[in-house]
Amino acid sequence: MKRDHRSEEIEKLEREVEDLRRLAGPEEPSGELDRLRTEVLQLRREFYEHLGAWQRTLLARHSQRPYMMDYVRLLFEDFHELHGDRAYGEDPAMIAGFAKYHGRPVVVIGQQKGRDTKQRVALNFGQAKPEGYRKALRVMHMAAKFGRPILTFVDTPGAYPGLDAEERGQAEAIARNLREMARLPVPIVVTITGEGGSGGALAIAVGDRVNMLENSIYSVISPEGCASILWRDPAKAEVAAEALRITARDLRELGIIDEIIPEPEGGAHLDHEVSAALLDRVLDRSLRDLLALTPAALLEGRYNKFRRMGQFFEAIRT
Amino acid sequence: MAWFKREKKRIDQPTPPDERRVKTEGLWTKCENCRTTVWKKDLEANWRVCPKCQHHFRLSATQRLELLLDSRWVEHDAALASSDPLHFTDTRPYAARLKDARKKLGMADAIITAEGLLGGRSVMCCSMEFNFIGGSMGAVVGEKVTRAIETAIARKFPLIIISCSGGARMMEGTISLMQLAKVSAALARLDEVRLPFISVLTDPTTGGVTASYAMLGDINIAEPGALIGFAGPRVIEQTIRQKLPKGFQTAEFLLEHGFLDAVVHRKDLKTYISSALDFFLA
Repeated sequence: MKRDHRSEEIEKLEREVEDLRRLAGPEEPSGELDRLRTEVLQLRREFYEHLGAWQRTLLARHSQRPYMMDYVRLLFEDFHELHGDRAYGEDPAMIAGFAKYHGRPVVVIGQQKGRDTKQRVALNFGQAKPEGYRKALRVMHMAAKFGRPILTFVDTPGAYPGLDAEERGQAEAIARNLREMARLPVPIVVTITGEGGSGGALAIAVGDRVNMLENSIYSVISPEGCASILWRDPAKAEVAAEALRITARDLRELGIIDEIIPEPEGGAHLDHEVSAALLDRVLDRSLRDLLALTPAALLEGRYNKFRRMGQFFEAIRT
Repeated sequence: MAWFKREKKRIDQPTPPDERRVKTEGLWTKCENCRTTVWKKDLEANWRVCPKCQHHFRLSATQRLELLLDSRWVEHDAALASSDPLHFTDTRPYAARLKDARKKLGMADAIITAEGLLGGRSVMCCSMEFNFIGGSMGAVVGEKVTRAIETAIARKFPLIIISCSGGARMMEGTISLMQLAKVSAALARLDEVRLPFISVLTDPTTGGVTASYAMLGDINIAEPGALIGFAGPRVIEQTIRQKLPKGFQTAEFLLEHGFLDAVVHRKDLKTYISSALDFFLA
């Protein structure tokens, strides 16, 4: 792959500059070296700015990427998890709870993936079942009842496509969330932190602000799924990722998301604290903006936001 | 010189080969379910339900409206067509797929939205066309359904949506996904003003259509045997690595698990909806 090749080249250059610096010793004039170093940094920045959709997909799925609970730990105080959907069971893939955000009581909701195999299996790879979506909605209704804002963090390959999930009405659970979230009279700020996998992501992503981390993705189907259906070849996932236009920048252009949250250079997995700080800035500002609005204005704004999506028509004669 | 003469002129053009045979092609059809040979006209007269095993064949969007509405209807937004926002190309350009489907079916996208009378009562009715790219929902379907809901609200009409779809349209990417949220938000408004919404699920209704409006009716009904689900059966088999039980994701399965109000035979569909509207509005 061309881009990987380029990233290797940049790393090689970086090593060479470091070697030169060491060779030069501390008393040597460093003007030329500094110039070289800035050039390499520039190259790096350009490289990461122009990552393709597939590279970003890999970053979005990186096993060391900060997950919802990392952000909760770094940005929230007094988090208390709330369990169960009061109807069937408890779904660990979907986390819901209340906490304080900059001293303000809020509800936090999001999918959680695991870092190692054991955790991943326990959390079902971040794929929620109907009870997960119903728990999320139950807690969101509770937030609305007590006038607390809702902050959601989206990171899932999709809603769980299994036999039990179908039996318990995966589609109904998602559909209900979509309709109810449209009319919850409290601010909802959505952050896509990793994978925004189709209906399973959208079911907690109907909000007044929808922001996306720079290297996250948001798609109607996974690139692999799309490749195997339309190209009949899962190996075409890279091409499909480009064609589906799933990166934050693409979706900003298409009017689907509001803001792109920058990540540390090279990806959020390299520095969780810096990532959280960068997220904090956008999250806090989004929430403050919304708190200034009346519930009626919020709902009107939210309706119009989604109402406008996808105005790509022409008139034809048939 | 011959003592007899040919009275008639010689036939100079032989009968073309396709006219020599007696045309029986297309008169009969085999039931997809019980393999009985059925006379096509019988099938059509029976609203495409097998007279022997009651298997429900698929209907086109227009046939659906003919089945449910009293007489003529007024179509809304017939010319609304996708402008291919992503310039999507897989093995073929999406633009070419659209062009073919439009030509084949004489419609601009995968749904007809119309106002008409049902049992003498004005209704907004949306009917999906499976043969148009799998009845998939992109920006046009999402917009037309949303407009239909808004019209229903403005004119105080009940809403009926007949779903028949593979789900969201991949070729419009995340824009398709957003249509789920858009339509559902409009349905929240319909709910607020207490206008009835009857969702009719027909074979097949899966993916993003099930996970949005199809499951949000005041009454959800389906035709016998219809495939209804969120994930497709193949995806589920790959996930759980085992064969699916017989009858999984059929209308009857959903009824048993509590997600449908009733499974209604096609011949009773109109009466059923009419009674429901009487209940809501009388």
